[in-house]
Amino acid sequence: MIFEGYEGQFFRGTVETIQLSLLSLLLAFVLGLLGAAAKLSHSRWLSVPATIYTTLIRGVPDLVLMLLLYYSAQDWLNRLTDALGQPQIDIDPFLAGVCVLGFIYGAYFTETFRGGVLAVPKGQIEAAVAFGLSPLQLFRRILFPQMMRFALPGISNNWQVILKATALVSIIGLHEIVRAAQDAITGTGSKGAYHAFLFLSVVGVIYLGLTTVSNLLFLAAERRYSAGISTRAL
Amino acid sequence: MTQLVQQYWQQYLCGTLAHPSGLIVTLWLTVASISIGFVLAVPLAVAKASPVRWLSIPVSIYTYVIRGTPLYVQLLFLYTGVYSLDFVRSTPYLNSFFRDAFNCTLLAFALNTGAYTTEIFCGAIKATPRGEIEAARAFGMSNVTLYRCIILPSALRRALPAYSNEVILMLHATTLASTATVEDLLKVARNAASDYYLPFVAYGIAAAIYLSVSFTLIWLFRKAEHRWLAHLR
Repeated sequence: MIFEGYEGQFFRGTVETIQLSLLSLLLAFVLGLLGAAAKLSHSRWLSVPATIYTTLIRGVPDLVLMLLLYYSAQDWLNRLTDALGQPQIDIDPFLAGVCVLGFIYGAYFTETFRGGVLAVPKGQIEAAVAFGLSPLQLFRRILFPQMMRFALPGISNNWQVILKATALVSIIGLHEIVRAAQDAITGTGSKGAYHAFLFLSVVGVIYLGLTTVSNLLFLAAERRYSAGISTRAL
Repeated sequence: MTQLVQQYWQQYLCGTLAHPSGLIVTLWLTVASISIGFVLAVPLAVAKASPVRWLSIPVSIYTYVIRGTPLYVQLLFLYTGVYSLDFVRSTPYLNSFFRDAFNCTLLAFALNTGAYTTEIFCGAIKATPRGEIEAARAFGMSNVTLYRCIILPSALRRALPAYSNEVILMLHATTLASTATVEDLLKVARNAASDYYLPFVAYGIAAAIYLSVSFTLIWLFRKAEHRWLAHLR
């Protein structure tokens, strides 16, 4: 067998990668909606911090932020537990990965959603207000469905970036696909030299499969959210 | 904290002549991979936009594979994967190339940014107004002249906003070089962090430097757009 008994590890790694990306996507999506709301609000107390958040996060490489947040959080937690005389608590790498990825890509989603909201014609919102819709109804029935159509290409792009960024989380010790391959390479080191080539190709193929499937899903979603919009101008 | 800064400031910025490290390595990696990527992308974009199938399909496969997999996996593949093959190690030229971490890193980065840049340029080439091409044909321009004088100058200009994004993403992606033992800015920060147990300070300095380089690049590209996209303003 080509996997040399490591197929279980590869399978668990793939599942871990998918879980990590989906949970990070969820967190980033929520942060993005909140961030876009804050950035578009008239209150300075909300828009200025949101602008700082998106500018800082998008100007610094994700790997630097990942290491910065993960190791600083662990460091501060250690100091806190030391000060309280408690035993050391280790941050769970999976939880840390989800929080860090969600926090970083929340900034990118903020920009995507802000662009989507700005693209919704103003008259639509005025009409909804004139109809007496509550702010929640306005968001759910008017703003969100139309915003999604404009934001979908950006969301699909961000999702692909998150999916690929999960490979970095192996650096802070999470057992996803890349880590599984590295373990397998170390484990089979003495048996045959070509294993590193083989296992890393398998990782590449798995990622390619995941991105292809998500591309197809986003095509379907785009079709759904463009219902009632003619695509051909000519 | 002051000790950390005193001991490491030189390594953060440039290192020594014998052992360059930090910002200078990061900038060199960025400039080198962007340049190679650009040289790679222009002919590939022309090939991808061409109606000739056997030219466009191989390029599409290349960009599809590179854009569908993480750069970290590509780097590991070139650095540890390729070197694990027997024929690479027994060919002297390949052996000396792939044994060096810096070469592998640069190759991975150039191939990666080349694929994204190809897509950006190809999109711009395809968006060239039909009328311009028809006019050039009516003037009796050959295919080469058409590309050299009409399509490429206008397409590369229109690609500038998307291209500036890719350059900044590449700057950010060079942090991966630190995982392949290249002494870039992040690697220095990792050394400093583990030396002093001050992760926030050590990585914070690196983050601030990356941030200022990003802002400088954004400012430079805004200048460039102002100059070269003047006809679209």
